[in-house]
Amino acid sequence: MTDHAHHHGPAAQTASGMEQAAAIEPASGLEPAAVPGPALAEAAAPEPAPASAARPKLAVWKFASCDGCQLSLLNCEDELLSIAGAVHIAYFPEATRAVVEGPYDLSLVEGSITTPEDMRRIHEIRAQSGTLVTIGACATAGGIQALRNWADVDEFRSIVYAHPEYLSTLDTSTPIASHVDVDYELRGCPVDKRQLIEVLAAYLNGRKPRIPSYSVCVECKRKGNICVPIANGTPCLGPVTQAGCGALCPTYGRGCYGCFGPQDTTNTASLTTQLVELGMADADIVRVYRTFNAGAPEFEAAGNAVEAGGAR
Amino acid sequence: MTHTLKDGGQVLNVGMLARVEGEGGMHIEIKDRTVVDVQLNIFEPPRFYEGFLRGRHYTEPPDITARICGICPVAYQSASTEAMEVICGVQTTDAIQTMRRLLYCGEWIESHALHIFMLHAPDFLGYESVLEMAEIHGDVVQMALRLKKCGNDLMETVGGRAIHPVNVRVGGFYRMPALADLMALRPALERGLEDALAAVQLVSTFDFPDMEQDYTYVSLRHPDHYPLERGAEVVASTGVRFPVAEIPLHVEEFHVAHSNALHARFDGEPFFVGPLARYTLNFDQLSPRCQEAALSAGLTETCRNPFKSIIVRCVELAYAFEEALRIIDGWTDGHAPSVPTWPRAGEGVGASEAPRGTIWHRYRVNDKGVIEDAQIVPPTSQNQSSIEMDLRTAAQQWVDLDDHALTHRCEAAIRNYDPCISCATHFLDLRVQRS
Repeated sequence: MTDHAHHHGPAAQTASGMEQAAAIEPASGLEPAAVPGPALAEAAAPEPAPASAARPKLAVWKFASCDGCQLSLLNCEDELLSIAGAVHIAYFPEATRAVVEGPYDLSLVEGSITTPEDMRRIHEIRAQSGTLVTIGACATAGGIQALRNWADVDEFRSIVYAHPEYLSTLDTSTPIASHVDVDYELRGCPVDKRQLIEVLAAYLNGRKPRIPSYSVCVECKRKGNICVPIANGTPCLGPVTQAGCGALCPTYGRGCYGCFGPQDTTNTASLTTQLVELGMADADIVRVYRTFNAGAPEFEAAGNAVEAGGAR
Repeated sequence: MTHTLKDGGQVLNVGMLARVEGEGGMHIEIKDRTVVDVQLNIFEPPRFYEGFLRGRHYTEPPDITARICGICPVAYQSASTEAMEVICGVQTTDAIQTMRRLLYCGEWIESHALHIFMLHAPDFLGYESVLEMAEIHGDVVQMALRLKKCGNDLMETVGGRAIHPVNVRVGGFYRMPALADLMALRPALERGLEDALAAVQLVSTFDFPDMEQDYTYVSLRHPDHYPLERGAEVVASTGVRFPVAEIPLHVEEFHVAHSNALHARFDGEPFFVGPLARYTLNFDQLSPRCQEAALSAGLTETCRNPFKSIIVRCVELAYAFEEALRIIDGWTDGHAPSVPTWPRAGEGVGASEAPRGTIWHRYRVNDKGVIEDAQIVPPTSQNQSSIEMDLRTAAQQWVDLDDHALTHRCEAAIRNYDPCISCATHFLDLRVQRS
């Protein structure tokens, strides 16, 4: 059985740690044993493509986004040919003109829902996908464009366009799971390509992806980084942000800015207190919660609480 | 998809353009062997960056605007940091500018390698994708992946991450990369330079459709080198030149009635930004080796055949490798990663040469450092008129090809631009109606 993350609106829960631990199982009718070759992550050299009949069909879909998460797939330079050997890339317009009709065994979905047409399209994609995995902050939390959720979209339209009446757009940017069942959510702005390969390998082998849901702090400790808020007084979202990037920002001497969204046991109230102690103004604290994962429930609530005067 | 009209006309439709960044389609209408309508349909949804940047802090655009495009985040980071530094009234150091150029070399390498081999070359070699190409041209595809990886490795070393680098800030960087880490990239970069020079020759053997266009070329120009992370001025093939700060006076964006898109004009005319424009307006600034590679590949100092942009991209790819090696060889440890900045009320423009053409940002900031107004003009948006012009010319010139071949030719004419549709945040659902 496949666990679905059920979302019923922009404020609904995104995948919790438990849901993240759910196994991604190949679509029904596809036995893991039918998949040739070793797990992708362990594959050393590109294998010649085996007969396509045995390979699961992969589709890559785009909604409102920057393309960076699907580009992560093409950025797997050492693994790309192995991936193409292990799955049948059936629909991936960024990479190929060839289109193989659905249904698809595995769909990777990038981007958030921002138009009436996309609201319809995601249901169509769900219907023809065995397993649906969302990739990146837009697809899992609404992305940076979810900042419109706090704004007057009509005003945005008129800032950018001389004839806003020509646009067809929703007032909100919402994650895919607010509209359809999602089998697995991979976080990140952008996703980490090693984690993406891990998700593909897990799917191919019918096992759980090994994706941590603990905080960036764990990665910092493991790397031996100096704690930037403690040592330098630099505001850092690391304590409330899920690991995955390898604690990049603290490694570069800056505070984490939350690319991977909330970690599994988020204590934003405590972090807010610390940010106040570091001397941040309320408006600045609201802004740090409202970036690429602004629509993630824990960050959304934390920012709203500060805005409502809850920081002090 | 192709269909015939009741009046004998003929319509070529491509619902989803493949091997371009972002989502768009194409519609061409032909009647009595005459092209009567050309439409570039962009259904990429708007994300309203210019709207939500209002109220954000002046230090945020390098991180936020990077998210406009996963393929060319450094272009956005460079243009936004430059604009903010103009507003703050700070001068960065030569070392900071040099490191920005090195990071940008990584982006050029990654983006050009992606477009040349994975998006564009299949058009010339008759494949649907690079993966199909790999079955026959395995060595070329291996080379392409190697080249692309070089660019990404360089971006990771300097920027911390290949997509949306974390190390860029207004005023410079958070941390300078260590010379030892840069030196570790050297062997791969040297091989990359050789590969790129070989690629120039390789792509020059492709069969190029015969089509020359009378574009107005526009590019940044810098007295010291080929334009990349910044320019001292803007130059045009019309002979016009002016400082970067004056771009908004010359480039006018407008929302056309009956067309859901922002177009742009340069001094009132359609124009062209990108590798062909850069090359034609800055050939003298290329290194002798890259000039020689270009000329031996059959190019002259001016290139007006859009299909040959693939050769020019290879020349620029080689140049980016040369520049990366030159910068690393001259680098020493110990430079301050940034200069301090403080908010100051004002307006500023920053521009850089994204892999696919000139990009510019204009911001107005108040004395608290809060952004009051933002304007972001990406290359694909500026190139729309030229893309349409090429589509029209190509469809007319090859009107006697069968539908399948003509559709493919027209798609290739769009891919010549390496269009970045996600970038063109306010470039959607374009419909051109002409009678």
